[in-house]
Amino acid sequence: MAQQIINTILPDALLAQTQQLKNDGYRLAAISCTSKDDLELTYSFDKDYDLMSLRLHVTPDDAVESISGIYAFAFLYENEIRELFGAKIINISLDFNDNLYKTTVKTPFGVKKKEANDGE
Amino acid sequence: MGNRTIIPFGPQHPVLPEPIHLDLVLDDETVVEAIPSIGYIHRGLEKLVEKKDYLQYTYVAERICGICSFMHGMGYCMSVESIMGVEIPERAAFLRTMWAELSRLQSHFLWMGLLADAFGFESLFMHAWRVRERILDIFEQTTGGRVIFSVCDIGGVRKDANAQALDKILSVMDTLEAETKELTQVFLNDSSVKHRTCGLGMLSGQDAIALGAVGPMARASGVDLDMRKLGYAAYGKLSFEPVVETAGDCYARTAVRIREIFQSIDLIRQCVRLMPEGDVIVKVKGNPDGEYFTRLEQPRGEVIYYSKANGTKFLDRVRVRTPTFANIPALLETLKGCTLADVPVLILTIDPCISCTER
Amino acid sequence: MSILSITKTLFKSMFHGPYTSAYPLQKKVFFDKTRGSVKINISDCIFCGICQRRCPTGAITVEKEDRAWRIERLRCIQCSYCTEVCPKKCLAMDGQYSSPSQGSIKDEYKDARVSGDQADH
Repeated sequence: MAQQIINTILPDALLAQTQQLKNDGYRLAAISCTSKDDLELTYSFDKDYDLMSLRLHVTPDDAVESISGIYAFAFLYENEIRELFGAKIINISLDFNDNLYKTTVKTPFGVKKKEANDGE
Repeated sequence: MGNRTIIPFGPQHPVLPEPIHLDLVLDDETVVEAIPSIGYIHRGLEKLVEKKDYLQYTYVAERICGICSFMHGMGYCMSVESIMGVEIPERAAFLRTMWAELSRLQSHFLWMGLLADAFGFESLFMHAWRVRERILDIFEQTTGGRVIFSVCDIGGVRKDANAQALDKILSVMDTLEAETKELTQVFLNDSSVKHRTCGLGMLSGQDAIALGAVGPMARASGVDLDMRKLGYAAYGKLSFEPVVETAGDCYARTAVRIREIFQSIDLIRQCVRLMPEGDVIVKVKGNPDGEYFTRLEQPRGEVIYYSKANGTKFLDRVRVRTPTFANIPALLETLKGCTLADVPVLILTIDPCISCTER
Repeated sequence: MSILSITKTLFKSMFHGPYTSAYPLQKKVFFDKTRGSVKINISDCIFCGICQRRCPTGAITVEKEDRAWRIERLRCIQCSYCTEVCPKKCLAMDGQYSSPSQGSIKDEYKDARVSGDQADH
């Protein structure tokens, strides 16, 4: 069975680590987000059926640099996460400005506390 | 320099039943750029996991999409089973594999029909769907549902197929193979069909990797990527090789799917032959705690199921990365340079499933 | 170069006739396992309410006092989860689908025997 590794990293190290993985021949498989007390971003990469994940914890106010400069097709994931969870991902190559999904509520999957503030 | 026009394509379009909207920037007849927007059927099914407990969510997961419904349920069950350390009975693994391959068959037939419809070959469309009906009948006979089977459960499968039903499947496979051979040679050899698919929407192997394409889209460009090689369910015990074509055009994508139909028929025969006796479900106790990424090969490509549990009966998060989501960037790239009339055919060759994409 | 390669298939279907069935005249034969709609054998029901709690869509309501079992047919997704969790196995799947409708279809089943007993007290 192929391996699954999850490395927790600091948000600042994201770009460097991603570039490293790209150089090693990894393919970006998915970017996932979980919202609990903060936002947990998981960048999953695949090489020869091994899954390698980078994990970072951010708050909705922390700016996260987009990795779309390294993996061009990351723009869809990043737009989705920004719209549904309210993560502040900046410098996305193809920026939809919150118009990818047509949702009536802003950041419907976002952190609960934040949602209450948004409702005001 | 011709006239630049922007033509809105979708979400309601005569040949494309999927609600995706594209803004096509045209230079005369040629597409220069395509900008997608989705979200017409976003139902928030991933969020529903906080309201439905992990056993109930099985039924929600398989309703993400009507075509790969079985594999959605299976992916969700596999991820929860991996978290809980549940080992499913061997017969259940084989049954799952068999139903998964039957799902792939019906999905590919459905897609063949839609492709024929997109290039205006109505009778071919009807015949592809006629053949598909045989598979839906197998589903109804063995699981009780034609589209949504509700047969996958955490710990195994909820229904067993008896020897009689398995024999029936084998005999249907024989007729199906003959009919498919007759039908698919139209797709592969007919010059009017080839005229619409050959050389259209070229995607090189390098581009396929760089754009993150998965499934038949990547395999038609020579990228050997098939999650079934991970050996989940019973795939580890079956012999098969991923179907790979190298041309990277619409014809190659058609050829990959058609060869996969014969591969699936072969895999179903292997499954029935190797099917062990025994239970089909184990009782699951307690609540899951932990997280897991499950990857499996749907008809459209690799799907990723990420489940995160916290020890209660409600999961924290279920995240589904569907194949169409991964294939959209590749689609946008291949659209550049094609003519407006070819857009529907091109979109169909990625086999889009927007219901999956938006959840 | 091959043209009209579908001719063989077309000729075959010309002689075969329609592959579809004349639906209202010719009834659809359901299989044993077909999950059409939920049916209840109300005299066995103990009104424990497990089916109500487990139903993923909340289609079932059980009232112990009235000894009534209600189902909203169009909310039911025919997953047959209720038939599996039922401790008395009084729920089962029927092959026949519920009829189409614009509004909601509510079916109510009351245990007449027991309520008759209660009336005697």
